[in-house]
Amino acid sequence: MTVHPPVTVVGAGPAGLAAASAATAAGARVRLIDAEPSPGGQYLRGDALGRAYDGAKVHGARVPDGVDYLPDTEVWALEPLPGGGARLHLRTGPADGSGGAVGAGRADPVGRPGPSTGRTTGEPDAAPPSGTTADDRPGPMGVRSAPSTRPRADDGRAAPLEATSTVAVHTVDAPVLVLATGAHDRVLPFPGWDLPGVVTAGAAQALAKSQRTAIGHNAVVAGTGPFLLPVARSLHGVGARVAAVLEAGAPVSGWLGDPGGAAAGLGKLGELAGHTAALARRRVPYRTRTAVIEAHGDGALEAVTTARLDPRWRPLPGTERTIAADALCLGFGFTPRLEAAIAAGCATSGGFVRVDAAQATSARGVFAAGEPTGIGGAALAAAEGEVAGTAAARAAGHPVAPPLGALRRVRTGRRFAAGLAAAHPIGPGWKEWPRDDTLVCRCEEVALRDLHAAARSAPGGRAFRLASRAGLGLCQGRVCGRNTAELIGLTDEDARRFDRRPIAVPIRLGDLADDT
Amino acid sequence: MSEYLTVTVDGERVTAVPGQTVAALLIGLGRRSWRTTRGEGRPRGIFCGIGVCFDCLVVVNGEPDVRACRRRVADGDAIRVQHGAQTPS
Ligand SMILES: Cc1cc2nc3c(=O)[nH]c(=O)nc-3n(C[C@H](O)[C@H](O)[C@H](O)COP(=O)(O)OP(=O)(O)OC[C@H]3O[C@@H](n4cnc5c(N)ncnc54)[C@H](O)[C@@H]3O)c2cc1C
Ligand code: FES
Repeated sequence: MTVHPPVTVVGAGPAGLAAASAATAAGARVRLIDAEPSPGGQYLRGDALGRAYDGAKVHGARVPDGVDYLPDTEVWALEPLPGGGARLHLRTGPADGSGGAVGAGRADPVGRPGPSTGRTTGEPDAAPPSGTTADDRPGPMGVRSAPSTRPRADDGRAAPLEATSTVAVHTVDAPVLVLATGAHDRVLPFPGWDLPGVVTAGAAQALAKSQRTAIGHNAVVAGTGPFLLPVARSLHGVGARVAAVLEAGAPVSGWLGDPGGAAAGLGKLGELAGHTAALARRRVPYRTRTAVIEAHGDGALEAVTTARLDPRWRPLPGTERTIAADALCLGFGFTPRLEAAIAAGCATSGGFVRVDAAQATSARGVFAAGEPTGIGGAALAAAEGEVAGTAAARAAGHPVAPPLGALRRVRTGRRFAAGLAAAHPIGPGWKEWPRDDTLVCRCEEVALRDLHAAARSAPGGRAFRLASRAGLGLCQGRVCGRNTAELIGLTDEDARRFDRRPIAVPIRLGDLADDT
Repeated sequence: MSEYLTVTVDGERVTAVPGQTVAALLIGLGRRSWRTTRGEGRPRGIFCGIGVCFDCLVVVNGEPDVRACRRRVADGDAIRVQHGAQTPS
């Protein structure tokens, strides 16, 4: 009897869930890994409060029966396997909790060890399994600490370290792998954009949807693209006032100019019409060709200056207005999370993982679906996931019928996405928004003038990055990479350096020591 | 699982809900920033909301560099603001 390898899916958003479901239906054993405590990713995320998160049962999103689901598990590194697929290094447990060696420093993204205070004597209540072999899972414990054994810190002093949190570090081999890691919001820099209270549109959305928390009392939503509308509506839903929605580009109805795109997205347009009507009822101003060009506040956001933009997004002098706001939610489209795919050896083009009609990447045994292959929303992500999951099951040796319906939905979805992208281009005039002293890299606190100085002294690629330190901080250029590349005019090859991150999630040195 | 959790925020006892993130708890308490940067001590709070930007770092039970947007509150947690680069205490 031949033993079929399992299909491993990373990411439990619309794409990953659809992949897991299709691969299961085709008869494959499926392992689904996701960093969040419950399934759904960004779009299907449900209300996380007031319920125990016992994996598969919670929320609207459902993990298909029979799937080996590993929630609370981050893939922090990954390397290609000689026969195809990749070896995944996993970390299961509370976010940023420490593992076996409690109190050890964190591995610095550029490879310098962090300040290590050595091991403490106390062992966590459940140590990660040592000698974990490929394909092993952590025991059911070893992933969370039992609250009853935790010392209380009623006097406000830090509790003893050994009881903080317990993390298991383990490795699995994934000869057949589907990467569905999603995306994060892109934000463009301008004076004051690093003030507390200035957040991504996605952050406001996530807080409202799964935490029932309003990011502020009086919010401005700004950026470009249709995502601004549901965010404004969600803010209302949790009791915030939305002072204005500012679209830097043309109005959303701009898509109607592209018949192919508009027809493909009819459902989506209906959804957006609903958002628009809801906002109109509440008299929320929706202004196009308008952006926030400065955020003000002493220690936190208090007001924003808006300006009208010309078609290239250059602010029009004399159109500035200042409005009070304690929250500014920004979204200029999405940036795909590529680091896992790049580490697996997948080729990219135009900033996305390159895939064929079966969602196969250039790396043998590795498939990709959802936002890493192109930004097109949840429905397209799910359709791609179904195709990828089916193809992965086939690669694992299961006979499958071609997923014709999903293939068709991918085609129409991509048409719609192309129409959307064409209707919401990022105008090059944004490069006039930051001033000399505006931070471009928030982590390493690199201002625009430092970038220019580094570009003069160390032109090109690696030297530039080291000289400027842009993208070398904790986020490893996830937030500033594209902006820096565009501001300095880096070549595509040099710009891609920002996407190469050997470790997907910085982890603590102590955890590394335990990874066997 | 109990209905409420008791934690401390900079020494003050507060109530949290199971499933709540540290960031949502802090925002609910009216906090907008809970970290200062390593270089110039600039105030920071939540930014990306999904664990990507590392702006929202906080000290939980003496452990620094915990992303407040991703970490779920656990009963008894001692949560503290993080100043610059901090080593475990
Ligand atoms: C913060 C945010 C909020 C959004 N809210 C909405 C919304 O309300 N409505 C809407 O239409 N669109 C929303 N979007 C757009 C959204 O990206 C798509 O609509 C859709 O969710 C894409 O599906 P996906 O499966 O490709 O990715 P996602 O839904 O993003 O799922 C990716 C999953 O992969 C996991 N993951 C990534 N890297 C790793 C790793 N290294 N290890 C383990 N797990 C990993 C993530 O935790 C996540 O659960 C939002 C985007 C963001 C960034
Ligand atoms: S807000 Fe970005 S990592 Fe927490």
